Amino acid sequence: MSAPAPGDGVRVEVTGGRDGRRRVSVCAGTACVFAGSLKIRDAFVEELAAAGLADEVEVRISGCHGLCSQGPIAVVSDDETYYPRLTLRDVQQVVSEHLVGGTPVEKLLYVDPETGERVRCAHDIPFYRQQRRIALRDVGVIDPESLDEFLARGGYEAARTALTTMTPEGIIEEILASGLRGRGGAGFPTGLKWKFARASEGEVKYIICNGDEGDPGAFMDASIMDGDPHAVLEGMIIASYAIGAHEGYIYVRAEYPLAVRRLRLAIRDAEERGYLGDDLFGSGWHFHLKIKEGAGAFVCGEETALIASIEGKRGMPRTRPPFPAVRGLWGKPTNINNVETYANVPWIIANGAAAYAELGAEKSRGTKAFSLAGKIVNGGLAEVPMGSTLRHVIFDVGGGVKGGKAFKAVQLGGPSGGCVPASLLDTPVDYESLAATGAIVGSGGMVVADESTCMVDLACYFLEFTQKESCGKCVPCRLGTKRMLEILERITAGEGEDGDIERLERLATTIKKTSLCGLGQTAPNPVLTTLRYFRDEYVAHIDEHRCPACACDALIVYTIDPDLCTGCTLCARKCPAGAISGDKKQVHRVDQSLCVRCDSCRAACRFDAVKVVSGPEQIAAALQREAEG
Amino acid sequence: MPRRVTRTPAAETLPAGVDGPDLEKVGAVVGDLDPNGNLIAVLQRLQQEFGYLPEPVIDELARLSGVPASRIYGVITFYAQFSTTPSGRHRVCVCHGTACHVAGAGRITEALEQELHVEDGGTTEDMEFTLDSVACMGACSQAPVMRIDDETYGNLTADQTRAIVRKLMSELGVEPREPGAAAGPAAGDGGAR
Repeated sequence: MSAPAPGDGVRVEVTGGRDGRRRVSVCAGTACVFAGSLKIRDAFVEELAAAGLADEVEVRISGCHGLCSQGPIAVVSDDETYYPRLTLRDVQQVVSEHLVGGTPVEKLLYVDPETGERVRCAHDIPFYRQQRRIALRDVGVIDPESLDEFLARGGYEAARTALTTMTPEGIIEEILASGLRGRGGAGFPTGLKWKFARASEGEVKYIICNGDEGDPGAFMDASIMDGDPHAVLEGMIIASYAIGAHEGYIYVRAEYPLAVRRLRLAIRDAEERGYLGDDLFGSGWHFHLKIKEGAGAFVCGEETALIASIEGKRGMPRTRPPFPAVRGLWGKPTNINNVETYANVPWIIANGAAAYAELGAEKSRGTKAFSLAGKIVNGGLAEVPMGSTLRHVIFDVGGGVKGGKAFKAVQLGGPSGGCVPASLLDTPVDYESLAATGAIVGSGGMVVADESTCMVDLACYFLEFTQKESCGKCVPCRLGTKRMLEILERITAGEGEDGDIERLERLATTIKKTSLCGLGQTAPNPVLTTLRYFRDEYVAHIDEHRCPACACDALIVYTIDPDLCTGCTLCARKCPAGAISGDKKQVHRVDQSLCVRCDSCRAACRFDAVKVVSGPEQIAAALQREAEG
Repeated sequence: MPRRVTRTPAAETLPAGVDGPDLEKVGAVVGDLDPNGNLIAVLQRLQQEFGYLPEPVIDELARLSGVPASRIYGVITFYAQFSTTPSGRHRVCVCHGTACHVAGAGRITEALEQELHVEDGGTTEDMEFTLDSVACMGACSQAPVMRIDDETYGNLTADQTRAIVRKLMSELGVEPREPGAAAGPAAGDGGAR
């Protein structure tokens, strides 16, 4: 086992249990749970009991390991052996051969796609080796439900240092010097935000953690909240002291029940052990923290809407100024930061602002966590220094495009962001450079699109989302997004008209300029960026009634290639609409009047004989071929 | 003072087999929370208790707390989590986050609409299933994903989805619906939307 090279960040460590026992750590991040990791954990418990090792080997869960596409993942404490994609049968083998027999199960280890070699330890896997983890430092490493494990990793020491040896002004100076900017997307300097909140007059002040991570395709904050909840608490304790707030709220998205549960547990444990409450660390400082659960409204990620929601009202934004730092929750000065921002704070206090500022780009210091999703090999959670290029993140860390297809674009920043094409892959990931492309860093969602993704459909998807989530308070957003959506739906349905592109551009400009809050001001971005980089796709839909990606249902047909069809009847059996006919060992045909374009036949065909075609000429040719075959 | 809102007696509008809510419980569920500052948390508790937020419960809350029913309705209709209609015994949630969308979540929903004979967002007539779309479950690398009650499913195809609900229906002793016949809105129109 080779040691990681200097500067390499991540170590998935599961050093033996507290009492020195060997240990199996099963990832219980959301994606692994979807892949069945809780059943894997139960199987380990059962198999170990059957092997008589129940007392010697501890089975526990961890937060998200990051390489979600390899889930379910388990790590055995002997040299931190990493087992990806486990099945229930594999568990039996790991127990009998590795935990009983003492030999790691070679054939279950991760295969490095570059070298084809088996890799035993997580920190030798390229995906992990390329990262630098600060906000995610303990996510996937510790048991999120154990305060002791957090303490064993130096937890709450930064808060102790801050509250017992530093002045509030000194902390703010430190955060300013670190160059930390808001990780929720807007990138406002955190130290400056704290300075304003501290300077605001008032006896009562509040701090809020924005855990309303609503961008579809982004799950960094969820992973921090359910993988390392105490880190968020610690960041907030430090902020409370710096700003002068004795009360805080964590606002968590309704769709994250696991995060709510773990945060509740963390708060209870921290209160019991004196890390939250009165006279923290003997400093005389008191700070109390509550959780507020959201109820499902994307716009509540906007700070003034979030405040209204905590107050129990409809989550509608208001005009700023006054900013929350002056008049926020219950009319009092309030500081709001995002989950990842708070999670960075203890590290900065513990390691110094200079260590943080050393990383990253000129105006964007430190690291940023990204969730990698879509058509990417290493789907999951990654943290890299700011200023790394998109190419580095997507190809070196992310392992490139899934299934050997061609990279088309990466969508950054969710519904407020944009699509960046292949020609701009060398753009550094920092606030200013990405803004220049029309996209944004945003909260950190990166969704990779390949040649089979239709960019008009993707823009339409985001507009549908923002339209549904528009709170309706201001006209440009409420009506403007609706009109844009109608045009986009028409285009994807093959009913686009001359002038539609210009209409979209005009509406987009007006909505951006005149909307009340960030939701409306950024809602046109997915359309504007796809128009900027993939205009030809819009033109093909409108002028040729053709979807170049063959993804828009109204513009495609499914046909069977007579040269490739073997007459195995599988597609006919899978078709839910009874649209495919043909005798055994005879070429099959699709009845276009019955086809519902559900894709079941194409997914089922083992001979690649089901073809999807788009465009009147292409369709006519394919149908003729099918008829002649 | 809470104002009195006259509406159709709720019992008459309830679907067969659903009992009227026990209004005695409202006060106990609200407990020590002040609905003036914690309306969302109060409504979450009530929905947890009753499964949804029926009219009589909202009226009772308004009467007890003095918060006008109009304000309560304002909050209920703003947030996706709240429902004023009862949902099915089993909740089928399909993720429509970006990763799931590009991986074909639309086809998963269509398959479910056909199998369950219900539109997205609706509840089957026998009150067995409610079919819903949600924004992002954060399991993007397993896309497309769905959740049925507490059970999660990843890397789905339309075909697998059909098999999963058919199996579930047979386990529950629910008659499978004949696919294609009088199915959801997606069938019969060529899938175009």
